[in-house]
Amino acid sequence: MLNRTAENVARATPEPLARKVRGISDKGLAWLFISPTILLLLAINIFPLFWAIYLSFTNYRANRPNEVVKNLGFANYQRILGDKDIWIAMQTTAHFVFWTILLQTLIGFTLAWLIDRKFRGHAFWTTLILVPMMLSPAVVGNFWRFLYEPQIGLFAYAISFVTRIPPTDIQMLSNVSLAPWSIIIVDTWMWTPYVMLICLAGLRSIPEYIYEAAEVDRASNWRQFWSITLPMALPFIMLAVLFRGIENFKMFDMVNLLTGGGPGSTTEVASITLKRQAFESWRTGYSSAFAIILFVAVFGLANIYVKALNKVKQR
Amino acid sequence: MTRAAISRKSSWPRWARRGSMENIATALIAIGFLMLFQPFALSLYTYSFITMLAGTVMFIIVSKFPE
Repeated sequence: MLNRTAENVARATPEPLARKVRGISDKGLAWLFISPTILLLLAINIFPLFWAIYLSFTNYRANRPNEVVKNLGFANYQRILGDKDIWIAMQTTAHFVFWTILLQTLIGFTLAWLIDRKFRGHAFWTTLILVPMMLSPAVVGNFWRFLYEPQIGLFAYAISFVTRIPPTDIQMLSNVSLAPWSIIIVDTWMWTPYVMLICLAGLRSIPEYIYEAAEVDRASNWRQFWSITLPMALPFIMLAVLFRGIENFKMFDMVNLLTGGGPGSTTEVASITLKRQAFESWRTGYSSAFAIILFVAVFGLANIYVKALNKVKQR
Repeated sequence: MTRAAISRKSSWPRWARRGSMENIATALIAIGFLMLFQPFALSLYTYSFITMLAGTVMFIIVSKFPE
């Protein structure tokens, strides 16, 4: 059936084109197939990166395209790296990244470990747990805004039911000390399933005979967990931490939808500051320099993790 | 051929082997990263980017070095 289809395609190919393709080597043909992807990557990823590097040394403003562009050298970088507001935004970002990764890894691994027990209905629970991850961040942001509403929100009601604090006093999004935690909760709710999925893949890859050997040696469950499960699932956990770490450094949509960086600037993460500089103050050159600083930070972090991952794999 | 024999044959200086140089680059990136996000001193934040950049560029270069 497949051969007949291939024959039909070969017969239907116009003779001049068929002659041309026949003259190309295997390597040439491979290049021919991957060249559209490479061209697309160059146009969408590589060119904007180099363009942003160029803009970061200028005073270019996107809302004034006809203005003469001056070369400022490293002035944009010096200004950003001496700016106290941006320093605070970096600390806010670090706070988010630390807590979201810690919570997602702990809860995600625990869920994966429980799901791996293969109890009755585990497939159903796996699907149910994965639902938040499949939702759009815009939907999740709006959905949680309603949940956090002090008057009608289910979250405020549930907290007040447990703590006996009136729901109107639970102002998750407008309270200075609660607003950062409101975003951490939503991000953890949404992305824990993703960490769970990666950890589950790690746990399922552990061969059963290792546990059987441990059983023969009369190793306790606790001992099996620390000596077999955790070390063998560690590369997967680290992979999940790497992916979530990189994503959370760029966290924008959730913060923008839930608090918009407020109240005041308590939840103003680096990406929100970047957006404000780029599209509210229209300081394109300055924001390009800021974006390059963040890029180098994430790139450096990725290098460390890849090295650590290779080390763990070699063990 | 044993590993020792291979390393004896290589003319690449021992101090510039990939493993140790990668460790130095990783340490530089980690220090720069901590300097960027620490809440203690603005001066550390100011020099964080250059530290991180140096570490990252060094990592890219030394990862091509022989083992």
